[in-house]
Amino acid sequence: MQTEWPVLTVLTFLPLAGVLFLLLIRGSEEVVRRNARQVALWVSGSTLMLALALLMNFDPDYLGYQFVDRGDWLVGEGIGYMMGVDGISMPFIVLSAFLTPLAILASWNSVQNRVREYMIAFLVLETLMIGTFAALDLVVFYLFFEAVLIPMFVIIGIWGGARRVYSAFKFFLYTLAGSVLMLVAILVMYNTAGTTNIPTLTAFGFDPKMQIWLFLAFFASFAVKMPMWPVHTWLPDAHVEAPTAGSMILAGVLLKMGGYGFLRFSLPIFPDASMQFAPLIFVLSIVAIIYTSLVALAQQDMKKLIAYSSVAHMGFVTVGIFTFNAQGIAGAMFQMISHGLISAALFFAVGVVYDRLHTRDIDAYGGVADAMPRYAVFFMIMMLGSVGLPGTTGFVGEFLVMAAAWQAHIIVAIFTTTGMILGATYMLWLYRRVVFGAAERDEIASLKPLSRREIAIFVPLTILVIWYGIFPGGIFTLMEVSIDSILNQLGTR
Amino acid sequence: MDLFALQPAIAEIFMAVMALILVMVAAFIAPQARASKFTRRATIATFILAGWMCLYNGFTPISAFNGMFFTAPFMVMMKLLILLGAMGVLCMAAREVEESQIDKPELPLLMLLSVLGMMLMVSANDIMLLYMGLELQSLPLYVIAAMRRESTRASEAGLKYFLLGALSSGLLLYGASMLYGFTGHTSYAGIAASLSYEGVSAGAVIGMVFLISGLAFKISAAPFHMWTPDVYEGAPSIVTAFFAVVPKLAVMALFMRFTHGVLAEASASWQQILMILAVLSMFIGAGGAIMQSDLKRFMAYSSIAHMGYALVGLASATPAGVSAVMLYMLIYVLSSLGVFALILALRREGRAVTRIEDLAGFSRTHPLYALCMMILMFSLAGIPPLGGFFGKWYVFSAAVASGQVVLAVIAVLASVIGAFYYIRIVKIMYIDESETALDADIAASNRFIAIVAAAAMFGFMLALATLRGVIDASVIFARIVVG
Repeated sequence: MQTEWPVLTVLTFLPLAGVLFLLLIRGSEEVVRRNARQVALWVSGSTLMLALALLMNFDPDYLGYQFVDRGDWLVGEGIGYMMGVDGISMPFIVLSAFLTPLAILASWNSVQNRVREYMIAFLVLETLMIGTFAALDLVVFYLFFEAVLIPMFVIIGIWGGARRVYSAFKFFLYTLAGSVLMLVAILVMYNTAGTTNIPTLTAFGFDPKMQIWLFLAFFASFAVKMPMWPVHTWLPDAHVEAPTAGSMILAGVLLKMGGYGFLRFSLPIFPDASMQFAPLIFVLSIVAIIYTSLVALAQQDMKKLIAYSSVAHMGFVTVGIFTFNAQGIAGAMFQMISHGLISAALFFAVGVVYDRLHTRDIDAYGGVADAMPRYAVFFMIMMLGSVGLPGTTGFVGEFLVMAAAWQAHIIVAIFTTTGMILGATYMLWLYRRVVFGAAERDEIASLKPLSRREIAIFVPLTILVIWYGIFPGGIFTLMEVSIDSILNQLGTR
Repeated sequence: MDLFALQPAIAEIFMAVMALILVMVAAFIAPQARASKFTRRATIATFILAGWMCLYNGFTPISAFNGMFFTAPFMVMMKLLILLGAMGVLCMAAREVEESQIDKPELPLLMLLSVLGMMLMVSANDIMLLYMGLELQSLPLYVIAAMRRESTRASEAGLKYFLLGALSSGLLLYGASMLYGFTGHTSYAGIAASLSYEGVSAGAVIGMVFLISGLAFKISAAPFHMWTPDVYEGAPSIVTAFFAVVPKLAVMALFMRFTHGVLAEASASWQQILMILAVLSMFIGAGGAIMQSDLKRFMAYSSIAHMGYALVGLASATPAGVSAVMLYMLIYVLSSLGVFALILALRREGRAVTRIEDLAGFSRTHPLYALCMMILMFSLAGIPPLGGFFGKWYVFSAAVASGQVVLAVIAVLASVIGAFYYIRIVKIMYIDESETALDADIAASNRFIAIVAAAAMFGFMLALATLRGVIDASVIFARIVVG
């Protein structure tokens, strides 16, 4: 489906246009700071509007890609610029466009140092995220996917915490090491199929033996990004040291690139290999769910705890994807979107108290509810969403994944269910230790309540988590057709 | 004699004449600083005119001097790149030569002669001319390396460079004589014909090995790289910049012509050698760079690694490989020039500094140039969407297309190690703080080169199609040897 004007390209590069405005700001340091924030917020806000307009015009019943743009830009014969969305990528594009303005708002006061550069990094990041999800050419996808490392490295490295250098390096090198293997696989695929056009490659049908190697190479990249056990260790470090907004985007969007990659490339293009490797992925996912949940229980650092919980939740996603049935994949998709909202909110919740007390140590808190009652409510909703309480989005995703896991293998289902119990344990425990109890220290009793800006960040996230927890149908209709086509490709429908 | 028969070599002849004239003129200008300034400008002008002559000569392949000299689009492109690199280095030289006490009129003239040698190497169609060009290229460089006489470091660097360079020339000459002995020809066409009609004899293979070793010395591919870090560190920075950029282009051009043209028949034998050279260079370059604390040594190891990547493309033995290497060299030249423009400009309290730690706080004092440096570093690391990524993309693509997937995997893994030390520079610039600020002023020419280089790395993807078209059209001529 071709459109009149290149709406996806405009959407992708709109934040980049905002960077130009940011570069043009002149004046005293204070003026630059204030204007940089405003410009970044407005630009990302307009991007969100455009993304919502795209969502309104999206036809969920259409089989194939919509809003397709093709460009003259060519890397080689059969490699060219092509953008388009389907039911798999549409939700992620909206999610990216939705979280970026919230992330910018979240760093309104907490970032005072090199604000202009900070906002540039976030807008560049937004372009790259949207581009990653919208690309319909493997090379274009790779360009966006890899380039994300640059702004994220800078965000963690410059505006991060005490051990930011170590974490930024670890993040960069882990992710790069994973994706260079994918690069070789892309080259091999290009050499075999003569194109890197994703729809063409999906229909190509690679030799099953070759699929194994290609699958493993792609798996290396997506498993690191996801992250799956045992290559998850960069994530806690990166999250702990990243600034609040960086963590929100990292957990909210960047982790989803792994899951998106599985759904867009691994399953449809290498169906035989995917089937073959499913048991391995189940094992890794189960280890991730159980092991990282236990590790989360032992954490003293709030951000680290939530980071480990992310690994566990991503374990549900991989289980869901590799059950190869409609429920599992829909559940995985839903879980990714839900986790994008909930984890962003949870990281923000940590950031809110961190801004006030400058510690993330769980023991330093206790009794926050007295001083910040509204905060306690928002935190609770998000905590329960993370646990998977019915009525929140967390429940819908995890429930579907578990239902699908029963069909796949009973052992898988048993272990994933255990993971859900453990998840409830560490989240409730975290909540109890931070929010409940008597405020023993004066600083806690005198904590400032939530500001309007902070409420403005929590409210939309909370509304979405509850709304789609109760009425999840809207999201499912969006992706139904696309999931069907993946299943067709797998031959399991 | 018909003067028009010399037309193919007009640029080279012009440069030779200019070099002789400038030596004379410079001798009559006093004081020395003025003479130096004059020759520098005149040399830059000569480069520009020579470049114009190369272009004017056009893209029709023609040979001269009984087939000893051959020029075609491939040669024109490589010569233009060489001239561009040399010009870029000279443009950054003004302040640098003054401070390192090498502000002598000889310096630009020696560079001019060396560049003339390189252009002859590129156009050579006979081993005799090739060797002449190679020596004309090398001898001035030995002098340049040791030009700062009172510095023992520079003298050591010069001597080391001379000894090892002479050794490599010897290797090359020995290889050439073997080739001559076993094929009975010194002309490229004769050798190629003999190899294809009479088969590749063992003696020819031995000759080839020596020849390739000699060339590997000149591009400092591992395991022939030992001289590089010491020479880069010891020589004055401006000389280092010249070494890092210009001779590599010429020798790489020669490499392409030799392997893909003359020795095309023996590709099975040299492919393996190139692969070994490539793998060793990538890993030794990457591993060595991690441990460096001096920016110039760092760039030395980085250049070793980059030559390794270029050799990966060459080892594919396909036209796609040659075109990938040409593109790679273009990116390498631009980004190296940009990095050196900034390294040369680093000063604390008026004194030039070259330690990596000295970059600390660079992003505070020079936000724009730190950004340029960051872009260049990410580009050298091969992170998309910057130029360096596309260089690697085409090189690896050529390797995969010729079935060398394992080599490509090794190469990408080496590039991960490489990424570590490039982002370390970014980290030092942006995260580390320093007590004393770097000096604020950067010479206008250095600013210009740094910004242009960074912008080029950024905008590279937009020019991709055009560049590829031009390069692909010229690649065929790297393989042609005329009789």
